[in-house]
Amino acid sequence: MKDFAYLRASSCDEATTEALEPATRFLGGGTNLLDLMKLGIETPARLLDVNRLDLGVIEELDGGLRIGATVRNSDLAADPRVRRSYPVLSRALLAGASGQLRNMATTAGNLLQRTRCPYFYDTDMACNKRTPGAGCSAIGGFTRYHAILGASDACIATHPSDMAVAMAALEAVVEIEAPGGARRHVHLADFHRLPGDTPHIETCLEPGDLITAVILPAPAGERQIYRKIRDRASYAFALVSVAAVVRMEEGRIATARLAFGGLAHKPWRDAEVEACLEGEPPSDDLFDRAADRLLQRAWGQGENDFKIPLTRRILTAALREATGGMA
Amino acid sequence: MKTTLTINGEPREIEAEARVTLLDALRHEIGLTGTKKGCDHGQCGACTVIVDGRRINSCLTLLCTQEGAEVVTVEGLGEPGRLSALQEAFLAQDGFQCGYCTPGQICSATAMIEEAAKGWPSWVSESLEGEAVLSREEISERMSGNLCRCACYPNIVDAIAKVAEARMAEAAE
Repeated sequence: MKDFAYLRASSCDEATTEALEPATRFLGGGTNLLDLMKLGIETPARLLDVNRLDLGVIEELDGGLRIGATVRNSDLAADPRVRRSYPVLSRALLAGASGQLRNMATTAGNLLQRTRCPYFYDTDMACNKRTPGAGCSAIGGFTRYHAILGASDACIATHPSDMAVAMAALEAVVEIEAPGGARRHVHLADFHRLPGDTPHIETCLEPGDLITAVILPAPAGERQIYRKIRDRASYAFALVSVAAVVRMEEGRIATARLAFGGLAHKPWRDAEVEACLEGEPPSDDLFDRAADRLLQRAWGQGENDFKIPLTRRILTAALREATGGMA
Repeated sequence: MKTTLTINGEPREIEAEARVTLLDALRHEIGLTGTKKGCDHGQCGACTVIVDGRRINSCLTLLCTQEGAEVVTVEGLGEPGRLSALQEAFLAQDGFQCGYCTPGQICSATAMIEEAAKGWPSWVSESLEGEAVLSREEISERMSGNLCRCACYPNIVDAIAKVAEARMAEAAE
């Protein structure tokens, strides 16, 4: 790996100011960043270690939880409050990576991890994320793991996180500190961007911005499901995953919050799909209509065409389970 | 730059470039070659060590970030004539063929059993809030970050199950 200067931030203020220097990257768990640096995909001149900032705490806030940016994935999954009130988040975290990686990976780092598109990882291939304007070798290539929703002619990569999918369904909010100390809040569903013609810009973060926490509101439904389909039983990224947070009232679906992984450049939510479910009694017919809406603009690349019927089936299975029927 | 940390109970001071991983420092600077470099990308688990009680991939950890840390490698778990329970169990159950992944398997399993003793659930746990009982399915899931190219998995699981059972009985007392 190319050498770099290593700095340890002692305050958020110092971190955001230092991060304004060109080619500076924050270092959390390092599980993705160091891998990319070894491969020459990321070549920062400076690494700014944020692990010693006071961002490693989970605290109760307005009936919800405030999860510090450097809380480790394993600690978040095991937290008794998360297991009890946000089981979909525990399940999603436990579905991702390995025990060792979860012990290192941070909350903010998980959100900021890069795609695992094999063409992004291979520096001999054209990739608009690595080199804007270079083209996309994935299109017309091996596309089993690629997007079926929200992709563009410039990029068909998917976001690899499980955690972020659960957080999207829980309507989490990302807390961001800008240089100068101003804090703002962005809905998780708006945090990541679709690729468009600038797939190298993946989030709404501006230069110097530091994620300080993710805030979970009080859960909008007690029926929480995370399902994940992958090529091996453990330690693999999702082909398709779904997080469902559902509240039932007198035999009808009062609210349904659904987010999908493995389908797009970001955790995928569709307000139309949720609206078509709400107020209705659950039935396979209804779930089919929801799937029709979700997939009306789905577009396969050939090798990933199977994701379209697979998404329909995983949606139906999750909704059957969440609404009290048989899975 | 200089990093001060404890390795297998011994205080150490290591001078190395910022880009040196904990794995390379253990092997090249300290001479502790029990920890193995398999993929060097966090995919195989051969480099697993225990830092401040937690199992991590040392290949994806920079030495310079470990200032003040307490690192335990396979050499720190036991030695000939005074092997740890898992080291004994891997021998008794024939939990390896070539042995290259074994130090990582043993470090990983050592910390994994403690995770379960704390009640941490896994993806295959029926309940997130129940006790963590280390069935074969649970052990396989929790150890999925350690690959064995010789595919000695049945015997690896046997070895871990034996020690886990004893650990759980001890915890129940």
